[in-house]
Amino acid sequence: MIEGAAWRRWVFFRIPLAGFLIFLLFPFYWMIITTFRPDSELYRPWRAANYAPFWTWEPTLTHVKYLFNETVFTTWLWNTMFIASASTIISLICGVFAGYALSRLNFRFAGSLGSAIFITYLVPQTLLFIPLSEIIRAYKLGDTPWSLILTYPTFLIPFCTWLMMGYFKAIPKELEECARIDGASRWKAMIYIVLPVAVPGILSAGIFAFTLSWNEFIYALVFLSSPEQKTVPVGVVSELIRGDVFFWGPLMAGALLGSIPVAIAYSFFVEHYVSGLTGSVKG
Amino acid sequence: MVLLGLFIAYPFIRGLLLSVTDTRVGVEGPFVGLQNFERLVSDPIFHLVVWNTCWYTFVTTIFKLGLGLWLALLLNRSFRFKAFTRAFILLPFIIPTVLSTFAWKWMFDPTFSVLNWILYKLGLISSAVNWLGDPELAMFSIIVVNIWRGVPFFAISLLAGLQTISPDLNEAAAIDGAPPLKRFWYITWPLLLPVTMVVVLFSVIQTFADFQIVYVLTGGGPANATHLFSTYAYQLGVGTGLLSQGAAVSLAMFPILMLIVVGQLLYIRRVEVR
Repeated sequence: MIEGAAWRRWVFFRIPLAGFLIFLLFPFYWMIITTFRPDSELYRPWRAANYAPFWTWEPTLTHVKYLFNETVFTTWLWNTMFIASASTIISLICGVFAGYALSRLNFRFAGSLGSAIFITYLVPQTLLFIPLSEIIRAYKLGDTPWSLILTYPTFLIPFCTWLMMGYFKAIPKELEECARIDGASRWKAMIYIVLPVAVPGILSAGIFAFTLSWNEFIYALVFLSSPEQKTVPVGVVSELIRGDVFFWGPLMAGALLGSIPVAIAYSFFVEHYVSGLTGSVKG
Repeated sequence: MVLLGLFIAYPFIRGLLLSVTDTRVGVEGPFVGLQNFERLVSDPIFHLVVWNTCWYTFVTTIFKLGLGLWLALLLNRSFRFKAFTRAFILLPFIIPTVLSTFAWKWMFDPTFSVLNWILYKLGLISSAVNWLGDPELAMFSIIVVNIWRGVPFFAISLLAGLQTISPDLNEAAAIDGAPPLKRFWYITWPLLLPVTMVVVLFSVIQTFADFQIVYVLTGGGPANATHLFSTYAYQLGVGTGLLSQGAAVSLAMFPILMLIVVGQLLYIRRVEVR
């Protein structure tokens, strides 16, 4: 705690912290308030005398209803859920095995492979989206969920592998060696001894990978074209803006409802998420 | 493993091949050598793109680091609702960027902007500010949004770094009479430096290749004033169908990124050795 007078606590601690919180959370508040605000209030210029930005007296569900009745929002949600789960599971399985192999098995090139993983993990998606879209087209995967389920692992697997490598390295080797001495094969020792210990690490990698693929935008934007195939971010962007007209109410409702699933998933696993985040930057 | 190599390396090589031909959507183009890159060198928009991207990355990283560090230091104290606050602070980083950027876009809207209202009521402006319509302000706006999104990442990662520093060191220095600023500069900062460098490295790469914020807020406009590598590549490659030129733009990112990464990795190594 801060030593000294109460005013010091206010000036050096509470006020800055409150400032940060307002700065970081205000857009979300704005999203929520816009969602439930009737159009007549929404499209009132800020110069108008009765512009009341921070509250609404006539909350309405019109925008939410519009979203569900006039667009295929539920399909988008479902698509996103499916794609994110499938690619997370694929990447987790690969990441766990690859991470284990790289941290435990002593084979040639293990070190350089590890660095290679780290480099690929750093490759941004925007570098590769054009050639990938060519490949997707060549294999006739365009406009299917598989185009994303197969491409998301390109950035998720390196991430999971990297995280799991760090995690496996932290598990003492002796644990496994005991099991090996008792006659377990390497495979059995891994499944029954190492994996259960590594569950928190796997959870961290999983939750992080899930939010990453839920948030992914550019691949989904480029690879998907028909409205029924889109994920939430792409759907909201492309179907709720027609030409130059922004449907702000439904847009914000879509943004809000599209964010809620990740927010819920995140709130259950905050600790794991944070350890995933910090683990991901540990060299 | 092989699969992974295939998935990254193959598109990369494919991209290289694509960038030396003259392919448009649906039409396989002939080999044209380095023409696409030559065209970029003489393309004034591309010059702007390079400058924009560097400026954008530079400014946002400085601010994200400064604010993130400040926030991390604030969070490193014990207070009530700490876990709760920390969970909320990460929200901008969790929520799909595209969706939260829309909230910003709505806040920046010239006619209905809540920001204008606040600034007007505070007496800071007298007429509407066209946040996204003016080239300089548009750049400012995307920088603000990027900082908003990036600060939590910096704060939480640096907080993790701060927590590994033993409080004994600070206490010992305090007993010896070192003022807080000196304690920070001579104890906390050097010990935190390795973590800081890695976080900065990550952030620089992500920011350099950023797409979503610009795509949603301005689409590169007004008059290409906010185009970054990725949005320009998207516009060329997907918007107008000049796949090869788009691929060339996004590949042009690679050498610059490579330089930054190698430079920073070398620096990190030096810091760690010391």
